[in-house]
Amino acid sequence: MMTVHTFIDEEPETGPSTTPLKPSKATSDMGDANQWTLIWYKFSRNKLAVVSGFVILFFCLVGLFAEVLAPSVPDASRPQFTNAPPQNLGFFVTDADGSSRFQLHVTGYTMEVDPASLRRSYVVDPEQIVPVGLFVQGAPYKMWGLFDANIHLLGPVNHDDTMYLLGTDRLGRDLLSRLIHGTRISMSIGLVGVSISLVLGVILGALSGFYGGVVDTVIQRVIEVISSMPTIPLWLGLAAAIPLTWSPLMVYFIITLIVSLFGWTGLAREVRGRFFALRGEDFVTAAKLDGSSERRVIFRHILPSLTSHILAVVTLALPTMIVAETALSFLGIGLKAPIVSWGVLLQEAQNVRTIANASWQLVWPAGAVVVTVLAYNFLGDGLRDAADPYEA
Amino acid sequence: MLTSPEMTARTADLDEDVVLEVQDLSLDFRLRTEVLHAARNVNLKLRRGKTLCLVGESGSGKSVTARALMHIIDRNGAIAGGRILLKDQKGDIDIATLDERGKELLSIRGGRIGLIFQEPMSSLSPVHTIGSQIIEAVRLHSRMNKSEARERTIDLLRQVEIPNPDKMVDRYTFEFSGGMRQRAMIAMALASDPDILIADEPTTALDVTTQAEILDLIKRLQESRSMAMLLITHDMGVVAEVADEVAVMHFGRIVEFGSVDEIFYTPKHAYTQRLLDSTVKLEQNRRAATRVETPVGQEIILSARNLTKVYGATKGWLGGKSFALKAVDDVSFDLRAGENLGIVGESGSGKTTLGRMLLRTVEPTSGDVTFFGQEAPVEVTGLSKRGLRDFHRQVRLVFQDPFASLNPRMTVRDIVGDPLVVASTLSGKALDDRVAELLELVGLDPAMRERYPHAFSGGQRQRIGIARALALDPRIIIADEATAALDVSIRAQILDLLLSIQKRLDLSFIFISHDISVVRYFCDRVAVMHRGKLVELGTAEQICTAPREAYTKSLISAVPNPDPRNKRMMHRTRFRA
Repeated sequence: MMTVHTFIDEEPETGPSTTPLKPSKATSDMGDANQWTLIWYKFSRNKLAVVSGFVILFFCLVGLFAEVLAPSVPDASRPQFTNAPPQNLGFFVTDADGSSRFQLHVTGYTMEVDPASLRRSYVVDPEQIVPVGLFVQGAPYKMWGLFDANIHLLGPVNHDDTMYLLGTDRLGRDLLSRLIHGTRISMSIGLVGVSISLVLGVILGALSGFYGGVVDTVIQRVIEVISSMPTIPLWLGLAAAIPLTWSPLMVYFIITLIVSLFGWTGLAREVRGRFFALRGEDFVTAAKLDGSSERRVIFRHILPSLTSHILAVVTLALPTMIVAETALSFLGIGLKAPIVSWGVLLQEAQNVRTIANASWQLVWPAGAVVVTVLAYNFLGDGLRDAADPYEA
Repeated sequence: MLTSPEMTARTADLDEDVVLEVQDLSLDFRLRTEVLHAARNVNLKLRRGKTLCLVGESGSGKSVTARALMHIIDRNGAIAGGRILLKDQKGDIDIATLDERGKELLSIRGGRIGLIFQEPMSSLSPVHTIGSQIIEAVRLHSRMNKSEARERTIDLLRQVEIPNPDKMVDRYTFEFSGGMRQRAMIAMALASDPDILIADEPTTALDVTTQAEILDLIKRLQESRSMAMLLITHDMGVVAEVADEVAVMHFGRIVEFGSVDEIFYTPKHAYTQRLLDSTVKLEQNRRAATRVETPVGQEIILSARNLTKVYGATKGWLGGKSFALKAVDDVSFDLRAGENLGIVGESGSGKTTLGRMLLRTVEPTSGDVTFFGQEAPVEVTGLSKRGLRDFHRQVRLVFQDPFASLNPRMTVRDIVGDPLVVASTLSGKALDDRVAELLELVGLDPAMRERYPHAFSGGQRQRIGIARALALDPRIIIADEATAALDVSIRAQILDLLLSIQKRLDLSFIFISHDISVVRYFCDRVAVMHRGKLVELGTAEQICTAPREAYTKSLISAVPNPDPRNKRMMHRTRFRA
């Protein structure tokens, strides 16, 4: 016999029946959480994006403290160690009496010159122990261009010894130091370039999206013209026009400007699209009916809804800047020595001989570019997904 | 738990008619921090030739239960217990234990059980013809070649009363109206002669007259094919019109089950009673009871004259004349001070455009709106930006969608206080106090003003919207479908709130709605719109009980009557124009 469940003696329930997954942890009430709390909440559930965020943060810190982190200065060259292979960092050394003790060290090289081809080859010599220490005094530098210092996080204890953890380039310069200094330039060129793009993109996109009509048409046609230009030849032309007499720093700024002048279009389109969508939202109509002026509607109601989206778009635009700079420098029309960037480092790895005999010169800078670009993309994807915490 | 003896007796008699039996079905959904028991120990029996209505408000679990009968469950959900027995000659099949991708289940879905969805636009593909979609469904479940399947499809379309089925079979979805699409969906569900038809809110997206036709059609098809039907709805009126048996669902449980007569005339559970009360309540004119003793003054506060809005009549840039649509056609009316004027019409009748033209968020093509405020009469159509801003302080809008109309990134205090800040009448402590006062006025706890809109339910959000509209002491409030997105019990609460506010403040309302019962409950006078024209204007009682125009008659008679002993919709008058 079937029983019919009718709960007619009871009072109606007031809420849906649920069982918390973690009984100990009471579900926090999100009622007074603002949009950033909600965004963080949603973002933090995307583990890949969070990890990427830490990777980016790590690279930024490396760029910021490049001088201290680098074991040497980027331009110090030792002709006797050209194209030297990477050395391994060892932790224990065996003393003469056979006992082993803790001592950070690298093993030195013995160099052999092939009498026929005159090619140098390096063999690791386990007898030759180069003691390495933390916070050692090394090559002097000017921290952030402000004050003199000579402390390095990691370096040979004896100032005259050498340590090449990632090998050297064709002039005998330490690749690790150059890579660390290159991080500063490559990471910052993205940020500076995107900031310029951001200002242009948000202003023009907002104008275009809010007013529509003729303003929109004009701005959109300009965007189309700009994005239809073939970028590489244009960069080549513009970069070639930079006078050779300019200081490397000036060149750096001009390059960022060139890169960003073509990067803002995507951002502007994104902002315009969002504006179009938001302009039709009921709460914007409500704000207009409340008597808000156009400026107030834009700044008080529309832009706060956009900031998280803009942040996501910016994060996704950064890697294109980095790749653009790398491409320009690789082609030899971007940054020039003595400024070091990942693109400049890759320029060294342009010929087959280097790749065959000193592949570290290709692997490490290219790896840095790949990791950064991927991390930015994962981070940007995560931000984009979290940017609207209110959708179901 | 209670089992009524006569009900058991009756079930025993009819057991061979049972085609599907749900026993103690429980559905769990894993959410972020908790498990939601969307259905708890649900017992249902579907009988051949009978209609079971599963009724409940949003979030009661009625849709997930119905989908679970076909083993369609979202990724994060699972059947936690119970059986779904599909009766078969060879014995019962337990759908709950069938493999998700198994052949057996696929042959049951759309084979023995047909499903009709709520939204006919999104459940039909826009890139295939109606015919090809039905032909596909036909061929999935029977061995037919293409031309046989086509013949069958045309026959199905004829059965669902689509005119010229042999031509319509090659048309695309967008060429069908909402009602026609729903008919096509029904044809698809019938493609394999199912024993059971599950209709999930099949008419919620449709106008009342279309709803009446579709329900009529479903009912007739079900009877002629003696199918068992499970109809899911939130509308007690629909239940009364078509149900044989009713199961009332509340927070995942069937709180009451019985014949339609038992449910409507001797409801036992408090929730059923409450649901019926709020439905039946809307069948009367509450406004007549709350009206102030003195008859509404003859003083006119807003008058519209010959308002017309034409869309798309501009010349194309190649010189060709494009298609023009008269959304609102020569509409004139007066709103008197302290009066509630209802504007009803089906979708596309121009009622929303009319409301927006009164506020000039949509510019009228021609015609005038005059506002008689404290000062000299204001010609709204000729106002400058600044003048319009003053006008908008006195004539406010309450939106339909309580979710889209509140900025999710602002606290309730900022939302409600925004008009006051803009008008720079108040600031600081005074502003805060005024917001608290407004929230209290709409029945919300003023302590909640630091919270964001996402912390509130639909009904509470609508109250916040009303508080915002009241912030500037307006004279007129235009409510555009202000209760359409709310459940029936909340709907009555919001209407009562508006009436009580009106008693305290000197307000007039223009209430735009497609729902005749809401307008009848709330308004003094009602204007009926049809295809942009104002068809009839009269008192609420007259329009609802003694309509004069043919269109109004058909509209009123198509409204489902929540009384199973007096079915109105099935004996409706039809309107052809």
